[in-house]
Amino acid sequence: MSCCGSSPGYDDLDEVSRFVSARLAAFLRTLRDAGFRIGLAEGQDAATLMAAGYAARPNLLRAAFKHLFSARKCDWDKFDGLFDAFWLGKRVRSRSRTIGSTPGISNPSLKSLQDRSAEQGGSQSVTDQLPSSDDAPEGRFGEGRMEGASRADNLAEVDFRKLSDPDQVAQAHEAAAQLAKAMRTRLTRRDLARRRGYRLDLRRTIHRNISHGGVPISLVKRRRKDKPLRLVVLLDASGSMSMYTSVFLRFIHGVLDQFREAEAFLFHTRLAHVSDAMKEKDAGRALDRLSIMAQGAGGGTRIGESLQTFNRWHAARVIHSRSCVMIVSDGYETGDAALLGREMAALHRRCRRIVWLNPMMAWEGYAPEARGIKAALPHVDLYAPANSLNSLRALEPYLAKL
Amino acid sequence: MKGRDEIAQALAASGYIADADLATAISLMQLLRRPLLLEGEAGVGKTEVAKALAKVHATELIRLQCYEGLDQSAALYEWNYQRQLLAIQAHRGSDSIEDQVFSEKYLLERPLLAAIRRAQAPVLLIDEIDRADDEFEAFLLELLSDFQVSIPELGTIPAITIPHVVLTSNGTRELSDALRRRCLYHYVDYPDVDRETRIILARVAGASPSLSLQIARMVEGVRKEELRKVPGVAETLDWAAALVGLDVRDLHDAPETVHETMVCLLKTQEDRARVTGEVTQRLLGKVA
Repeated sequence: MSCCGSSPGYDDLDEVSRFVSARLAAFLRTLRDAGFRIGLAEGQDAATLMAAGYAARPNLLRAAFKHLFSARKCDWDKFDGLFDAFWLGKRVRSRSRTIGSTPGISNPSLKSLQDRSAEQGGSQSVTDQLPSSDDAPEGRFGEGRMEGASRADNLAEVDFRKLSDPDQVAQAHEAAAQLAKAMRTRLTRRDLARRRGYRLDLRRTIHRNISHGGVPISLVKRRRKDKPLRLVVLLDASGSMSMYTSVFLRFIHGVLDQFREAEAFLFHTRLAHVSDAMKEKDAGRALDRLSIMAQGAGGGTRIGESLQTFNRWHAARVIHSRSCVMIVSDGYETGDAALLGREMAALHRRCRRIVWLNPMMAWEGYAPEARGIKAALPHVDLYAPANSLNSLRALEPYLAKL
Repeated sequence: MKGRDEIAQALAASGYIADADLATAISLMQLLRRPLLLEGEAGVGKTEVAKALAKVHATELIRLQCYEGLDQSAALYEWNYQRQLLAIQAHRGSDSIEDQVFSEKYLLERPLLAAIRRAQAPVLLIDEIDRADDEFEAFLLELLSDFQVSIPELGTIPAITIPHVVLTSNGTRELSDALRRRCLYHYVDYPDVDRETRIILARVAGASPSLSLQIARMVEGVRKEELRKVPGVAETLDWAAALVGLDVRDLHDAPETVHETMVCLLKTQEDRARVTGEVTQRLLGKVA
């Protein structure tokens, strides 16, 4: 805030400083509630900006805060709406709604902030003690708080089939994609860690340097021909799994991308190879394409036959010794369970590990009684639930050991 | 320190057509001493921002291209091993040789070390940080907060100047929260028709304003088609240069040439098959 007018009294300055601090703290809280991750340093920088004259120009302040507080694209997209709602009292676009404003007290806008500081004059810094989100002053000024992201913590535990609200579904999708990204990264890093170690090829180095009298002037590095870890996903897209299919598609779309070797198949009464559709960069578009493929004929699930098709036509091409096969299915086999057992055994001989994810496993009272799952289980290395984000998260350490 | 308006003018003068927010981001980089993280699709011109920034500050651009497995020896420093060996051979029997071979003379500067040892603060572009792994990211974070480097044989080397740091990411991997929080964030989107028109005018000699506008509108239409690889600004400029080179003054006068030259925009077989002659006609119909 620019300095103008006569020098105000200490108490007045303090009043403005406290007022600005409180408003800023409330705004930071609003942002945190909306899922922004903001630390103390950002708060202090924000105060520095307000004190440096940015507060007098709302558009400039919005742009500055947007760069300072955003950390990813979803923040970037949300920010303008949140800023306008809080400081300029505009309606919020997007899915979040304003709640919790103290009735009868509207948000003191930027305008009133400028007026106050202009009355008081002074370009005081407010960096002294920004209240953290926990002890921000309450009640005195309305706070355009948003609901939405605070539910993210609970969302991790919610069974996917219980998600009915489109907002929650969207959040689950977003979280599944984020999780997949993080997982992919760490799995790739495992590959790298394995590649480190002794990289000098001494035999070739000595041979190469015979002309230098044996002094190793030019070095030959060892190039390991590593087979990258390959993930092959078989997703059950039958009616009994329909509650879970979309979140899994999103998760798989996130795990499979052009930087890792991966193949994806859908099955219900037959098997469909969907890796190409998964390579679609735009998740929404990929999901649309896959959803069409996932529309089963409604004739139950023939896991055994689908696996037979896989083993016969695809396995030789897509599976090598460092492959992990991930089957996502509830195991309700409407075909021949004995066939499923035989095909699982054949598949197990081929690949390194088979992970079977069964969303129903987490249901209360569920036991693997279905004939299909009983026949398959002896050949499965890891049998785990996958009905919520947390259960997906729990898989990562296991996959990383491959 | 330059103000925002001054930066906007300097960007325009350097031939970079920025959106309104970018000048704010650059002025904040100086004011808050934070690196700038640019995210966006491939081809939207993220790297160009760093080049423009170097022009604005009239300073050198030092680029570190990240890749999987990038380590300190490629990014920070390396001993000139061959020279050291030769020196050891030449001074056989000398006691002080060990101290000599681990001196500045035998040190190879890599981009990160070079960036903190310039007399005038350079622009350090860390390109595609998402391609590097977490360990490198952690090391980088440390460097960006301390601006000093420890070399076991030489001790700690403090920064002579603090570089202007720009990081770019295509989002192939989730970056750590710590790095994201350390940086100012700017999302670079495909330019709108107006901005792309101005970019073509600034970069393609011989492109008239009306043709530039037609090309920008056409590209906007192409981007809305369901493509595997959406054309970036560089592709637009290639296409504009091709059209100007073939003496096209108005897209409506040469629909066949327009369709044939679309290979500049469409980089995969699948996309070429998708944009048929009819699609080109339909898109042309929307271009006034």
